[in-house]
Amino acid sequence: MTAAIALGIAAKKFAVEVDPRELAAMEVLPGVNCGACGFPGCAGYAKALVAGKIEPNLCPPGGAELVTKLARILGVEAVVMARQTAVVLCQGDNRKAQLRFRYLGLEDCNAAQRIAGGSKACPGGCIGLASCLRACPFDAIEITADGLAVINRERCTGCRKCVAVCPRNVIRMTPYESSIHVMCNSHDKGAAVRKYCQVGCIGCHICNKTVPDAYKVEDFLATVVYERDAEAVEAIVKCPTRCIRDFNEGYPEGSTFLPLKNDKSDAA
Amino acid sequence: MSQQLYMSSSPHVHAGETTSSVMRAVLYSLVPACGVAVYFFGMPALSVLLIATLGCLATEVVCQRLMGQAVTIADGSAAITGILLALNLPPSSPWWLTLLGAVIAIAIGKQVYGGLGTNPFNPALVARVVLLISFPVQMTTWSAPAPLGSGLDLVTTATPLGEWKNAVMLTGEMPAAMQGSMASYFLGNMPGCIGEVSALALLLGAAYLLYRRILTWHIPATYVGTVILLSGAFWLINPARYPSPVFHLVTGGLVLGAFYMATDMVTTPVSTRGMLIFGVGCGVLTVLIRLFGGYPEGVSFAILLMNAATPLIDRYTKPRIFGTARQGGSV
Amino acid sequence: MKLRTFKGGIHPPDNKQWTSHKAIEDCPLPDELVVPLSQHIGAPSVVCVEVGQHVAKGQEVGSAKGFVSVPVHASTSGEVVAIESRPHPFGASLPAVVIKPDGEDSWSYNLQFTDPGSLTSDEVIEKVRQAGVVGMGGAAFPAHVKMSPPPEKPIRTLLFNGVECEPYLTSDHRMMLEESERVLQGIALLQYVYGAERVVIGVEANKPDAIALLKEQCAGASIEILPLEVKYPQGAEKQLIVAATGREVPSGGLPMDVGAAVHNVSTAAAVTDAVMLGRPLIERVCTVTGPAIKEPKNLRVRIGMPLSHLVEVCGGLVEEPGKIILGGPMMGFTQVGFDTPVIRGSSGLLLLREEDVAKSPEGPCIRCARCVQACPMNLLPTTIAAYARRDLVAETEEYCAMDCIECGSCSYVCPARIPLVQSIRYGKAALLAKKRNALL
Repeated sequence: MTAAIALGIAAKKFAVEVDPRELAAMEVLPGVNCGACGFPGCAGYAKALVAGKIEPNLCPPGGAELVTKLARILGVEAVVMARQTAVVLCQGDNRKAQLRFRYLGLEDCNAAQRIAGGSKACPGGCIGLASCLRACPFDAIEITADGLAVINRERCTGCRKCVAVCPRNVIRMTPYESSIHVMCNSHDKGAAVRKYCQVGCIGCHICNKTVPDAYKVEDFLATVVYERDAEAVEAIVKCPTRCIRDFNEGYPEGSTFLPLKNDKSDAA
Repeated sequence: MSQQLYMSSSPHVHAGETTSSVMRAVLYSLVPACGVAVYFFGMPALSVLLIATLGCLATEVVCQRLMGQAVTIADGSAAITGILLALNLPPSSPWWLTLLGAVIAIAIGKQVYGGLGTNPFNPALVARVVLLISFPVQMTTWSAPAPLGSGLDLVTTATPLGEWKNAVMLTGEMPAAMQGSMASYFLGNMPGCIGEVSALALLLGAAYLLYRRILTWHIPATYVGTVILLSGAFWLINPARYPSPVFHLVTGGLVLGAFYMATDMVTTPVSTRGMLIFGVGCGVLTVLIRLFGGYPEGVSFAILLMNAATPLIDRYTKPRIFGTARQGGSV
Repeated sequence: MKLRTFKGGIHPPDNKQWTSHKAIEDCPLPDELVVPLSQHIGAPSVVCVEVGQHVAKGQEVGSAKGFVSVPVHASTSGEVVAIESRPHPFGASLPAVVIKPDGEDSWSYNLQFTDPGSLTSDEVIEKVRQAGVVGMGGAAFPAHVKMSPPPEKPIRTLLFNGVECEPYLTSDHRMMLEESERVLQGIALLQYVYGAERVVIGVEANKPDAIALLKEQCAGASIEILPLEVKYPQGAEKQLIVAATGREVPSGGLPMDVGAAVHNVSTAAAVTDAVMLGRPLIERVCTVTGPAIKEPKNLRVRIGMPLSHLVEVCGGLVEEPGKIILGGPMMGFTQVGFDTPVIRGSSGLLLLREEDVAKSPEGPCIRCARCVQACPMNLLPTTIAAYARRDLVAETEEYCAMDCIECGSCSYVCPARIPLVQSIRYGKAALLAKKRNALL
């Protein structure tokens, strides 16, 4: 009884003054503590926001809704950043891409990369040992049965933890609205790519010739110009190695994810 | 390059042991003790052993399937838990008691924490203590040995430790008859848990494990040594009341506990100094509980209490790193 | 009599019977030599020749960059056909000078005999540096740097490492048996530079012929031959020092902190060549061995010889190898193929068959503490590895990950087949990265 009273008094007397805006911000922040904003957890971000030095649009998991709410709490104008989603730019699983040797050891992409650059013959392809899967706080990544990482575009919140952990830089942040991607990360010449991967980009320029504004080819690797991706659809069937994918039509082979139009389980 | 070329970080050779081979060695070492148990207690002991072992294996399969994990009963650890649990039960244990013990040992003592290597308490002892507290009557109904083929039923009686505690409480003295029975206690001719009885068989198995380097001397030696010293001190003070150290060694579960239960690798410290402290702690607690506690047998509780202390012991007994002074920092 | 040793360690089967009785054989020249510019600890050398240029044997093709660096030399006379990135034993492709031998094998200058008595200590060190002498035990640390300790750290005990604790390897053993004169002359030269009170050659007791020979040759000289208990990793610098002197090199420190210096016996022989004959380090003895090679041998190879050439000279393969290891089985590097060249630190080429490769999958740690008992540095490998894998960098530092010498004893004994050394290396890399980031 005495202890309870003592605690009650202490709570009032020694209470730390907290800016009510900070508490309000904590309420609306997602509470995942993923660190994408660059601060130590949601509490850290809330504190920094209220200290006045930081933009309220640094939290990708919160989305546009959060930015509006935070802007209102802080009484500032805010620009909503376009939603981004991460994509693994590779389709070279164990059946389609060759290995130089068999790797034994720690099941981690960064550890594997240190053993002669990884067992995949392709220097840029996905290693498939799930470092990205373990880093993702939102369960948005799976590894197919044939060892390829695939990211669910709807579940990805753009926190970038997978990008940070991947030793191959094969994961890129892309605008959510763009669903067409060239699924390759190798700058090797076409002949070399052909030897080690059935579905790699050989830098043949066919996509670029079909729709010049929608694709650019640099160093034997094509990429979609995301501002013009609406036109990019035409080149998909022309690609000789079937390297270009429209995620609205489906995810890479072996993945269990379904594109939005077919997926009745996930909310958009 | 050739498809069968392997690459890895160094080293590229291995001693050859696997977790399964270690567990197999422990299983072999338990064969003498099981054999003696069945000899002295007959069919009841055999059925307790079988129910406990199969129960543990089945529980592990069910738990791992439910948790969506790969089933790993082939590594042998569940079988060992089953046998050790059986050795800690009275031979007259009803089948449901044994089965319940098996389920508790694996589901609560091991799987709930994350499986092999993650449990803080010895699973067989967890089960034994839970059963002891929940079903005190069945767990303290002892039988005099009735060897296989003799055609006798088990006759309910008290263990030597129990007899001593009763006698001391009533008369303050140790019964004269007990003073002379040490040799038969050592061989196994006494009432008790299935595994307590033959210290000789247990020591044989332990010798095999020491030879295979699966067991190290640190814990058993300090445990037994502490028991001898502490119980010896009391015996010297009042030999009429307190049993001799030899009595402590050959009765009760001390040999089983010191060589098989307290040496469970998962629940004991990893550093040498830690293991020595663990052994001493177990010894002190065992003697105190036996002599002054409410229960006649202290080994199970002593070990579980020291299991609880293991993380603390590990934290404070980090070995002195090569090239550092005793307090840490450069030499 | 009980032999000196250190705490911890393991006893792997030594597998030296394949080559320990075989005399060193000269290896004929291949069609192409690939001399990497980085074969040593320290800054890579800077190329100083051009494509198309003719080089003589022993001519400098890459000059040293800074103090902790050495020059690299042409291992034979011929034409520089390329200067480009080539596969390097450490896994990546690194710049190398590619030489096509002309068959003459002629030196760049008339090698002259120099009387060491006429040289000052500094002149000796300079000749060692010019010859590109690095630690031949495998670490390849520039010898001239080791020979220049600061004056406040005098060397009182000069140790020579004839231990060769790695299984399979016998190159140092054969050097001690067949070229003991070169080795002892080098020891005398190094003693001249260091001026130590005590000179010791440490040899493991599994080489009784070498011990007897050295004892005989050193009778009368003040060089102690110290037989040591056969245990891995007795040949590790810190463990050798503690066995010979009883003193532990402080954590984070160097042997000079306890007044000791350690050189490999083959390095001593290379010092003799460098100082007395003016010969740069262009060849070494490499033990080609293992169940997958037809004729295991101790070969005298030139730096830059491709491993495929060594395999050919040793009769070819018994079958497709499961692992190609440059170095010994405990600390060597696996190779992607036979295209990589021999470098200065390559003491062995070990070819394992597919069935010799330990492939068991990893299981959970059962806290058996075998790794703790095996660790020669008294660490808790299982704890460090567990923290490293969970990216808990501060805890790996607390448990002294940086003190790990990566000898492999822990992984060797682990029944659960946990890749302990790989995990600890991973943790050390994360720790170093964190420290570097903190300084930025």
